[in-house]
Amino acid sequence: MSIPSQATLPPGAVGSVEIDPARRKLLVATCIAGGAASAAIAWPFLTSVEPSERAKALGAPVEADISDVEPGQMKVVEWQGKPVWIVRRTKEMMESLKKDEAQLADPMSKHSSQPEYCDNQARSRADEPEVLVLVGICTHLGCSPTAKFAPGELDANWEGGFLCPCHGSRFDLAGRVFANFPAPDNLPVPKYKYLSQSKLLIGDDSKA
Amino acid sequence: MANGTATKAHWAQQLFEWIDARFPLSAVWKSQVSEYYAPKNFNFWYYFGSLALVVLVLQIVSGIFLTMNYKPDAGLAFASVEYIMREVSWGWLIRYLHSTGASAFFICVYLHMFRALLYGSYRKPRELTWLLGVFIFLCLMAEGFFGYLLPWGQMSYWGAQVIVNLFGAIPLVGEQLAIWIRGDYVIGDATLNRFFAFHVIAVPLVLLGIIVAHLIALHETGSNNPDGVEIKKTIDPQTGHPADGIPFHPYYTVKDLFGVMVFLLVFAVIVFFAPEVGGYFLEHNNFIPADPLKTPPHIAPVWYFTPYYSVLRATTDELKWVIGIAVVLFMLWALVRRGSNKTRTVLLGIGVVLLAGLFLLQAKVWGVLLMGTSVVIFAFLPWLDRSPVKSIRYKGWMFKLALFLFVVSFFVLGYLGMQVPTTTLTRIAQVCTVIYFAFFLLMPWYTSIDKTEPEPERLT
Repeated sequence: MSIPSQATLPPGAVGSVEIDPARRKLLVATCIAGGAASAAIAWPFLTSVEPSERAKALGAPVEADISDVEPGQMKVVEWQGKPVWIVRRTKEMMESLKKDEAQLADPMSKHSSQPEYCDNQARSRADEPEVLVLVGICTHLGCSPTAKFAPGELDANWEGGFLCPCHGSRFDLAGRVFANFPAPDNLPVPKYKYLSQSKLLIGDDSKA
Repeated sequence: MANGTATKAHWAQQLFEWIDARFPLSAVWKSQVSEYYAPKNFNFWYYFGSLALVVLVLQIVSGIFLTMNYKPDAGLAFASVEYIMREVSWGWLIRYLHSTGASAFFICVYLHMFRALLYGSYRKPRELTWLLGVFIFLCLMAEGFFGYLLPWGQMSYWGAQVIVNLFGAIPLVGEQLAIWIRGDYVIGDATLNRFFAFHVIAVPLVLLGIIVAHLIALHETGSNNPDGVEIKKTIDPQTGHPADGIPFHPYYTVKDLFGVMVFLLVFAVIVFFAPEVGGYFLEHNNFIPADPLKTPPHIAPVWYFTPYYSVLRATTDELKWVIGIAVVLFMLWALVRRGSNKTRTVLLGIGVVLLAGLFLLQAKVWGVLLMGTSVVIFAFLPWLDRSPVKSIRYKGWMFKLALFLFVVSFFVLGYLGMQVPTTTLTRIAQVCTVIYFAFFLLMPWYTSIDKTEPEPERLT
């Protein structure tokens, strides 16, 4: 029995060295379809690591009772897993906001995050200007700054505010960042509204 | 085995042949171990590759036993580690082996890399071995970072918070990316669970794969040596093997075993008498459970990350000016250098992009970029070193001085990364950051003009 030479086999026959263009086309099409299917299966995996429905639901607004916060005191509540500070500022503290403006990076809070109704010097609602609500997470790398309310606590010109322990950023008593420190923006003010005079709702400001 | 009784030897021999007919057991043993010819002049610095392998095995074994009692749940994790420490039989030993092993791994790898710097092991033809090694180093850093969250202490929590927020610095997509990595809006249970998955399975699998590739690539080219002279150049005509080579087994297996014994002695002293090493291997704040509402007054990464962390902190608006001046000098050099117009355009283009970046991006983003670059830049060494010789033994004073300054700045940056930053310390960190990068970026220049001694033909 003679064995046919590979060179003489018709293209596409088993053992042939010639390429059969029709079969090659099919091969390429199969690779493309398979590749697309493999790429598509990545999607469920990549999205599975997003915050789950439960994590999203936990972003719900929280209530805070502020009847026990005396002037000059601060209360910390947890909202979306983050510390939210509620400070009832004294008259002197409110005064200090005017004095430190020259040293701030963004005194008018132009590229900082706050609801429209807090876009003012005190960064608070007009009806209760001395109550400050801030998300206590440094805009640099996410540490939680420490309250340093006593004037002169950090240096002679210190009017009181917050100091981030991680990289030394300083904020005033409206959460506005001082210039030449690593944090780029002022501390964010969350949405909030008053449910009564002593009760705040953080994370929701809808009128209804 | 041949010394046993005749029947026993026969039986073992038969089993061996049975396997060999089905699996290349003796062929692999011969080519990779008993007939793998390594240069005969390996010195002290050559211990750390095999030691890193020993630590790897230690970490895998102790890690497996830790997972048997650890609970990756934000509510239970901290207590489960204390449970291992206090109530599981010998749990404290297994945990201390693992935590000390993590630092030991980095010590071995840093010394292993320093050896490559000394003797030019990264240079042609071993570039791929080096690149795979840099990849191993990156995986190891990921492994260390993921693992550090698991005890769920204050340092775990806030360290992860800072590092994940680094990704948030990336313009436009950063914030979304950080949420995607955490799986929540803050570091939480979801983050702990996935870091556990990465730490115990994903990264170790990748790590094992690249380590095998690292060794295959090394054995393909053959090992470098303290003289930086290729032993394959001189083949003994009688044996057909490199004249200056000796079989890895038994010569280096025995030598490395001695190294392992000394290493284990030191390791045991640390594990049994000072497992926290004064807060360097296990930080004091990490014995306080994670509190998402309160950052500890001083946070610092564990020691093996601090040099890069220092680079991050040193990148302020002032340092951006220094970078700007460096870019302008680079562009001037690109203008006057000889070479094709095309290369010049590309180089000037890079300069323009960098300058634009300096104007547009905040110092925070540059800090993240420089920190990343300070790690990845090691990968470029094979192409940055233009010296005609490999080993420091034949290199001139310029390389020796540069390497000395680099090592000093690496240590100083490492120390500063653990300290509370002050104006003076930040200034020192900035000087060291400049030296750190200058070591790499000026290397093509100083290695090509440095006066070298001629390499010998054979090993000395």
